[in-house]
Amino acid sequence: MGLFKFLKEKFKKKEKEEVSESSESIKSEETKKEEASLEKYNKGLEKSRKNFSNKLEELTKRYQEVNEEYFSELEEILIEADCGVSFTLNILEDLLKYSKEKKITSPKEINELLVDRMFLNYIKEGDDIKNEISFDVTPQVLIMVGVNGVGKTTTIAKLAKHYIDEHKKVLLVAADTFRAGAKEQLVVWADRLGIDIVTGEENEDPASVTYKGVSKGQKDNADLIIVDTAGRLQNKKNLMEELKKIVKVIEKLINRSPECFLVIDATTGQNGVLQAAAFKDLINITGIVITKMDGTSKGGIILAIREELGIPVRFIGLGEKFDDLEEFDLDKYLYGLCSGLIKDE
Amino acid sequence: MAFEALQDKFSKVIKKLKGQSRLTESNMDEMLKEVRIALLEADVNYKVVKEFINKVKEKALGEKVFDKLNPSEMVIKIVRDELVELLGSDHCEINYNKNKPTIIMLVGLQGSGKTTTAAKLANLMKNKLKKKVLLAAGDIYRPAAIDQLAQLASSIQVDLVNLGTKVNPVEISKKAKEKAYNDHYDVLIIDTAGRLQIDEPLMQELSDIKKEISPDEILLLTDAMAGQDSVNVAKKFNETLGLTGVVMSKMDGDSRGGAALSIAHVTGVPIKFIGVGEKISDLDIFYPDRMAERILGMGDILSLVDKVTENIDEKEAKKGINKFVSGKFTLDDMLHQMKQIQKLGSLGSLLKFIPGAPKVSSDQLSKAEKEMKDFEVIINSMTKEEREHPEILKNSRKCRIAKGSGKTNADINRVLKRYESMKEMMKKMKGMGKNGAIPKNFKGF
Repeated sequence: MGLFKFLKEKFKKKEKEEVSESSESIKSEETKKEEASLEKYNKGLEKSRKNFSNKLEELTKRYQEVNEEYFSELEEILIEADCGVSFTLNILEDLLKYSKEKKITSPKEINELLVDRMFLNYIKEGDDIKNEISFDVTPQVLIMVGVNGVGKTTTIAKLAKHYIDEHKKVLLVAADTFRAGAKEQLVVWADRLGIDIVTGEENEDPASVTYKGVSKGQKDNADLIIVDTAGRLQNKKNLMEELKKIVKVIEKLINRSPECFLVIDATTGQNGVLQAAAFKDLINITGIVITKMDGTSKGGIILAIREELGIPVRFIGLGEKFDDLEEFDLDKYLYGLCSGLIKDE
Repeated sequence: MAFEALQDKFSKVIKKLKGQSRLTESNMDEMLKEVRIALLEADVNYKVVKEFINKVKEKALGEKVFDKLNPSEMVIKIVRDELVELLGSDHCEINYNKNKPTIIMLVGLQGSGKTTTAAKLANLMKNKLKKKVLLAAGDIYRPAAIDQLAQLASSIQVDLVNLGTKVNPVEISKKAKEKAYNDHYDVLIIDTAGRLQIDEPLMQELSDIKKEISPDEILLLTDAMAGQDSVNVAKKFNETLGLTGVVMSKMDGDSRGGAALSIAHVTGVPIKFIGVGEKISDLDIFYPDRMAERILGMGDILSLVDKVTENIDEKEAKKGINKFVSGKFTLDDMLHQMKQIQKLGSLGSLLKFIPGAPKVSSDQLSKAEKEMKDFEVIINSMTKEEREHPEILKNSRKCRIAKGSGKTNADINRVLKRYESMKEMMKKMKGMGKNGAIPKNFKGF
């Protein structure tokens, strides 16, 4: 069964269940949480959906059967979702071939195949992805990296909240000693969350702040130490070397690799792939956090990153509020992005 | 810088065409296909690319390029001209009011670089244009955004209106305008919070500020890395506020910056400035014609000239030349020259301005930059006498310097060798100097 059909079944079943369950009027804590999470995806991706699945839907209404023009309109939709030229052309080539071989001309069927094909590679390699951070050995250290202005500091606050809610002891380390106001920004968040923070002086070596922070976390038996780093463009060699040094300091202290999240702004275009490649080249990136998905951007770049570099998305930022950061779930993401297509029948 | 990769692509297309003596409709299509892919990969919006390609083709056919002597160059010229037109035909600067403060408002998405740019603009206007500048901190939402602007403002010694986070941004703007008028500032720059263009209440807030203070300029910040959606963002901000310009940030990255083309095309709003680095002085004026030429691999000599004249202290440069000519050239002078050159920015960003400059890998570049730093450390570890008379440097002195600078004797020898070769060149220049012609650019590094 194709991914699309599977999704359709899954969410239809869910809706039915909801109807029957509501008659019992008691829902388990688990189900409630699930529903809230799905609702967040649905709401956060509302604007993105308007530009993606609604356009696909509208296409199926305009065309009786697919032809060259249809495919060129598909191309437009995919490229405008920031999926990238090569990713898009690959998919369309596959679809074209398939439709010719199997003599499929119904736009609806082609669209289902399209969704399948878009996300198939994502799943193929992703069976063993565990989004949540593991606490098998504590303290766990998480370092947040990325280019300037993607939302690292804000995401740290949200992640900290996420794990505080799970009764973890979280410590923040403000290793962005470069940008004016960066330390103060994280201090405000630490105050609001009521957790400890280790800071350095202006322009202090970030590796030394990291050393202090992680050592303190070890001494205080923290469960999770989150290290904020300065934004850096991936072509700045010195800054990238600095990052390597920070990671080395952590590795020395905890005798293993830290979790390392690359934060990517959903509005990013094709440069996102270069970002991921450059950071991955330097340090062991264990996941991506995609931020600002509540805008009109489609964040198609995560698909290209997954396909080309194999890095999975671990968390997704769906809004400005504290708890608008969700564990990344492909099913829910797809549902949020394509619910119009799924509910249609 | 951005556009670099696009430049590469076009060079390839041009090469391909140059190999052919005659242009046919089919190989023009081939070239336009390459152009199309290059533009899409550069994040130029899909629809904009489509229109662009059609326009180029139309023009090429209209001008009957097939009959021309060198048809492929004609096509390139058309592509270039269209790019220039797309990017805005004139370079647009800020219009300053004569007898009252010029009010500039910065708006944009979260993380696009508003606060940093506010400080960079203030710095540029204060130092280059000798304006009396006032900044206003209007981002009351992002934690510590005001702290950030306060730190930047004090570092460049520009006054700041800081009413904290409890006063609403409309009120802050109003108060700032009053102060700018009462205290006779030339320019008021208002920083606002980042917001999504679909966030109705926050967009309304911007409209309210505009209504209250009627700014002369409303500049939208756009990230050079922005993807396809940048047109929607720009469109909505423009519809709501009537933008007067765009500032493109983070152009020092390796993104291709296609958003610049899209936004200029879709909104017709000119790009006025570009952010080219993390330092406060890293803000440049945007020149569409230069940018288009750079896309086409023609280099950007004019930008380089500007950069050189701006950053090199003329007196210092003259002093250097005089030293050269008089024959008194010390290690200190060499260090000085090196520092002057460093002021221009990274070597990498300089080379990119020069057409036909050898392709240097970023590895080589950072090596050259590191060498400069090493030189400085070594020379600083010498005594005054040693710097003035390097010939006294024998092994024991070298060992001491090596220890003091944390380098090796070989490193020190390298400095001395460079010094000797510069001195040698100096002698040659002295000969030329006799004829009254001192070369403007003396190569030493």
